[in-house]
Amino acid sequence: MSLEFSADAKNKIAAACERYPTKKPVVMAALHLAQKEHGHLSDDALRLVARTLDLPYAHVYGVATFYTMYRREPGGRQTIRMCTNISCMLRDGFEVLAAFEKALGLKAGESNAEFSLVEEECIAACANAPCAVVGTEYLLDIKAEQVGGLVDRLKAKPHPESEVV
Amino acid sequence: MPAEIGTHLVTARFGNPEARTVAGYEKTGGYAQLRKALAMRPDDITNEVKASNLRGRGGAGFATGVKWGFVPKDAKAVHLVCNADESEPGTCKDRELIYWDPHLLIEGMAIAAHALKSVHNYIYIRGEMMREYAVLQKAVAEAYQHGYLGKNVLGTGLEIQLTVHRGAGAYICGEETALLNSLEGLRGQPRLKPPFPAIKGLFGNPTIVNNVETLMNVPFIVDKGGAWFNGLGMGRSGGTRIVCVSGHVNKPGVFELPMGITFNQIINDVCGGVWKGRQVKAVIPGGVSMPPLDASELDVPCEFDALQTDERIKPVMVRPGQTFDLGGGRVLRTMAGSGGIVVMDDQTDIPRALWRIMKFFAHESCGQCTPCREGTGWLEKVARRVASGDGKPDDLDLMASIAHGIAGNTICALGDAAAWPMLGFLTKFRADFEAKLTAKTGRAA
Repeated sequence: MSLEFSADAKNKIAAACERYPTKKPVVMAALHLAQKEHGHLSDDALRLVARTLDLPYAHVYGVATFYTMYRREPGGRQTIRMCTNISCMLRDGFEVLAAFEKALGLKAGESNAEFSLVEEECIAACANAPCAVVGTEYLLDIKAEQVGGLVDRLKAKPHPESEVV
Repeated sequence: MPAEIGTHLVTARFGNPEARTVAGYEKTGGYAQLRKALAMRPDDITNEVKASNLRGRGGAGFATGVKWGFVPKDAKAVHLVCNADESEPGTCKDRELIYWDPHLLIEGMAIAAHALKSVHNYIYIRGEMMREYAVLQKAVAEAYQHGYLGKNVLGTGLEIQLTVHRGAGAYICGEETALLNSLEGLRGQPRLKPPFPAIKGLFGNPTIVNNVETLMNVPFIVDKGGAWFNGLGMGRSGGTRIVCVSGHVNKPGVFELPMGITFNQIINDVCGGVWKGRQVKAVIPGGVSMPPLDASELDVPCEFDALQTDERIKPVMVRPGQTFDLGGGRVLRTMAGSGGIVVMDDQTDIPRALWRIMKFFAHESCGQCTPCREGTGWLEKVARRVASGDGKPDDLDLMASIAHGIAGNTICALGDAAAWPMLGFLTKFRADFEAKLTAKTGRAA
């Protein structure tokens, strides 16, 4: 199936193209937009980006598969990125991740319609470890027993990553 | 005069959300230094930065003014790129700096762009920093509206463009040539050097890549002069230093501190001591890439040169009796790195902590160089079995040998960044690892 960008995305891509000497650097922004509008980066979504920027499909595929925030499979509306790196680990980050797994019924790396749960490598909020980021919202100084309440709060007031693209 | 605890330059606007707007920023003296700098000759700005002994705050601590001076005089197009891809575990300053004071970064960049005669400038911000990306985009748009950026900055006829480029998740893009590749729309894999970016960087043009905190210090140098800035610091390191303290202290946080402050002072005087009344066991001085300090090495200042040369810090060993050669016979002690200080108390399971660090590097290796791609994977595997008590008697030698085989044999520093803490932890906490091996097998390793 041939996919399209919305008028808004087309405008954003056109504006981004003005900022660089060629269209190639816009591939990252275009992939973010394609993921926002089509949920994940299917082969068709990659073809859309390639066609839009006059790039080879193989190049777009290469970029899309290098960076961890691009997803090739469908995922949840919101992504919880829970850090377990050293500063978080020292303050029970793995226990908090386990609490998220239990509260969501997901293993790290899995998704349902509402949430994707990702074990993240350091989100640069180490002074408030253990921490997670959900879109523009940081969850700081998390205690395992708070996780159920945090999940309920996110369900009521979601922070999808697509809102910042 | 050296800075004191309480001297705030780049963190002065923390806690003041109004400063995110141009009006609020101007009210606290913002953009005055850009006006002053635009009336200065570019070389004079670079000379002040040289005199300031401002050193790169991203990790390497290279002299900023010297770096700027590498740009060829006859260059037709030059680029300035801000590295806002903060992702060195333990480091959380650039994110806070952007969140609280985006216009200080824009002002620092505009001044640096003028000094470097760069028209097209970029901020490469980490993909996961979604809140800060929004803050930065808004601030850049407002700076354009007020004439601080654009085709004719403040009516001077100078063109300064600034574009925010968002990453998408890859630690390696914090390495400056990987960052440039990513900015060009490629996979973020590091480039062979030379040529260095200052000669051939973004789009083939001479390019200066500077860290967020580094660029934010530039307006203060323009304001009060390089000599004043140098005087705030210690030795060959000018200014203040932001440290991010995490782990087992009572009051973790992001603090702007005097360059000469020691780790014991940071832990006890600034952060309220080790939590739960415990003692300190290990301290990572500047992000997980840096070899750790043990409890006897904490009276050393967190200044760049001191951490590399102070003889109170034991040299890293390849194995007992064999010192790690950093090249040219130089020993490796540690480095100030990115300012990410991770404190571990005396109850910490050191082999498990090291395993988590190795897991990180194995995940983040870009796969380009064989020693790093294969080596980091093996380090993680062996570190995991040692940490879980399933280690084999010669696993410590095996890990050291893998790390030694990676170090110095890769295109970029990620290989060293994995090897150094491995060798550093084995050097200073060998008994902890040996105890893990003995615990399960019941015999000495």
